[in-house]
Parts: sequence; structure tokens; C-alpha cells
Amino acid sequence: MSPSALAIDEAAILAALDDVPDPEIPAVSVTDMGIVRGVGGTPPALLITPTYSGCPATLVIEASIREALDAAGFAAVPIRTVLSPPWTTDWISERGRDRLRAYGIAPPPRGAATRSLRAVDEVRCPRCDSADTREISRFGSTPCKAQWQCRACLEPFDRFKCH
Amino acid sequence: MPSLPTIQPEDVAAAEHAAHDEGHFDAPAETQIDDALGEYLLRLGDDNLILGQRLTEWCGHAPALEVDLSLANMALDLIGQATLLLDLAGEVEGRGRDADALAFHRDVLAFRNCLMVEQPNGDFAQTMARHFLFATFQVALLEGLAASTNPRLAEIAAKGVKEIRYHAELSADWIVRLGDGTVESRERMIEGLDWHWRFVDELFQMDAVEQDLAARGVAVDRAALRARFDAAVAATLMEATLPAPTYPRGVLGGRKGHHSEHLGHLLAIMQYLPRSYPDARW
Repeated sequence: MSPSALAIDEAAILAALDDVPDPEIPAVSVTDMGIVRGVGGTPPALLITPTYSGCPATLVIEASIREALDAAGFAAVPIRTVLSPPWTTDWISERGRDRLRAYGIAPPPRGAATRSLRAVDEVRCPRCDSADTREISRFGSTPCKAQWQCRACLEPFDRFKCH
Repeated sequence: MPSLPTIQPEDVAAAEHAAHDEGHFDAPAETQIDDALGEYLLRLGDDNLILGQRLTEWCGHAPALEVDLSLANMALDLIGQATLLLDLAGEVEGRGRDADALAFHRDVLAFRNCLMVEQPNGDFAQTMARHFLFATFQVALLEGLAASTNPRLAEIAAKGVKEIRYHAELSADWIVRLGDGTVESRERMIEGLDWHWRFVDELFQMDAVEQDLAARGVAVDRAALRARFDAAVAATLMEATLPAPTYPRGVLGGRKGHHSEHLGHLLAIMQYLPRSYPDARW
């Protein structure tokens, strides 16, 4: 496949990855998460970026993307990992945020990366939508989540960290 | 049944004697990276790797489930950053070693981490004291390195600093909570900070290797970060109603491979599997 053919096919490539789930949060796809950055570089490759430096899902994500590319006829498209600009929660798409909420995870607010980590954001319970919530632990079941609890319905929930 | 070679005590003594007579405490030359940038990357990567490995010892032993998760996640951040730094160190070296080779197949004298990160965890207060001091320093260091003239190092630092800010805040919270807590928690936090204070000077130690790199904008002048560190520590200690630790003279040596006894024990556990079963895959 020639480089120009790759560029033309970017939309088709991204569409093929739209159903590849994030292994830690299968409700969202790798494109929702902003892990996939599109086609670029020389020679052209699919650019992906890790959410956290130590995210153990990185290898699984790359393998899933490779599999989806091969299945969609893009076996010749290489995958390259890039670090900059660093991933922030602002890379999560609107559809991704909706899907996180529906899955029971409070999505991070927009622009979170530019604010202090201690900034008091309104965190709404993904179950009952109450804003009367509290942080239980800064670290949750995965590096990218914190544990919160709703005071209204008493349910604990995960919140995607501002990052 | 195969027999082990007989080790003659006099041979061992002669070998040790020869090494010491020469005044060499360095690792064998073939395990070292000569390039200044490579050496710098080893220092940065080893700091993260060893502290990350130390924190994993808490897994399943922390005082509460949430704390267990915090410590494991911070270990993961540190080991992830170490992988990026050591992979780059291996690339700079150009002899085909990657982060795994550098982490698992170097001997203790070849490690370039500072002494603070290899110290035993002690109790929870001591672990948090170490983490607070190191993360507070590391935030300043990584913010500087994010503007490094080496673009690869700059992007690793820019990514890492977002993670380490979290570490600094979480550990500062625990300094306050334990320092301004019960009589016992306060005593333990004072002891934890006192123990680690002797290793603080080394964090800001500059030598010819780093001075040269700093002059070229690749490295950060560590000494210039001290005032900011002291101010941040003083602010947290005041909030925690804790006295400032004092120790007359810092302990140095980690950057030259002169480590405390503790590092060898840590490596024995960390390196056991890949050394017993080289190239094992699962």
C-alpha cells in the first residue's frame, strides 16, 4: 500500500477501530478514549498514545488494534506509539463521556488538565445525578480512576481522574 | 548428579583483595554506559525503578484497601516511567539493551539510583515520608526536564510530571494526617522524616556529568531546585505541626554505585525470575 493510499484511508481506518474496546473500561472504545491519534508521521503509521506511563493495558490495546487493522484489510499499516503531546482526559470524546456515565463512571470535566488537582469540581453521581458526592480515595481500581461515593443514593462509584 | 564447583575461600579472598587494592568498586566495564546522556538517563530511570519496586512490597499489606491501591498505582506510574527512561538509555547506548535488560541484568554496583529510594519501607509513616520528599523533589525536576533540549527526554518528563504531581499531593496529605494525628502517628512520622532526611542532599547533588548536560539544556541543575523544595516541605510540615528535621551531613554515593546493603536484597527479589529463566515468556 502506498503512502498516499494510507492517507486517503484514514477515515476507514478510524472507523475500523471504533468498536475496539478499552480493555479496562470495555464500555468505551480506543477512539473514544483518545488513545488513537490518527494516521501521521513518516513513514505513515497509525499513531497511538498511552493514557498513563505505566498503564498495564497498553500492550493489550496495541494487540487489539493490530488485530482490528488486520481484519479490516490494513495489515500493511504500522502502529507507532507517541508520547507528545501527553494524553489528558480532554482527549476523551463527547461520545466517550456519555458512554462512561452510562457505564457508571463519572467522566472528568473538560479542561481538567489545566487546573490544579485540588480544584473543587462538581462531581455528579452517575446513577442518580446528585452533586452531593465525596471522594473516598484518590486511587481506584485502575490508575486512571478515583473512588467516590454519592451521599444521596449512598452508592460508591468510580470517577475518571482529572489528568 | 552434577556437582557444583568447589569454591575455595582463599580464591574468593584473593579476588576481593585484588579488587579493593585497585580501589575499584565499579561494576565490570561491559555493564556500564559511558555516554553522559546514557548515564543521566540511568540515574533518572533507576530512581523510578527502585522506588517503584519498593512500593510494590506494600501490595496486600497496606493499612487499608484504598491505601493498598494508592501505593500499587504509584508503583505502576514509577515503573512505567522507568521503562520509558531505561529504554531510551539503552537506545543511547546502542548495544541493543532495552529497559528489561537494564533492569534485570545489571548488578548492584551498576545501579545509579539515589540512596533514598532503596531504603526499606519501614512502617507506613516512613514510606510516606520518603514518598513525600522524593515526589516533591521529582515534581520540580520533571517540570524542568519537560523543557529539556532533548525532545525524547522532554516528552517523557511532560507525561510523567502529571502523574508525580498526584504522588506529591497524596503523600503530603498523609504527612499532615499522621503528623497532626494521634500521639503515636505523630511520633512515627517524625521518625520517618528524620530517617530519610539524611538522603535529601543527594537528590540535589550535581557532578561534572550533569553540569555539562545542564549547560547544554539537556539536564536540570538539581542544585537550583533546592530552594523550591525546602519551601514546599516547610509549608507541609507547618500544616502538619511537625518540626523540621535536621541532620548535619547528607549521605552520598548512589550515583557512583556505592549503595547501601538494602539494594542488593531488593535486586535479589526483583531479578530472581529473569535471571533464573533468561528470556522466559508467558
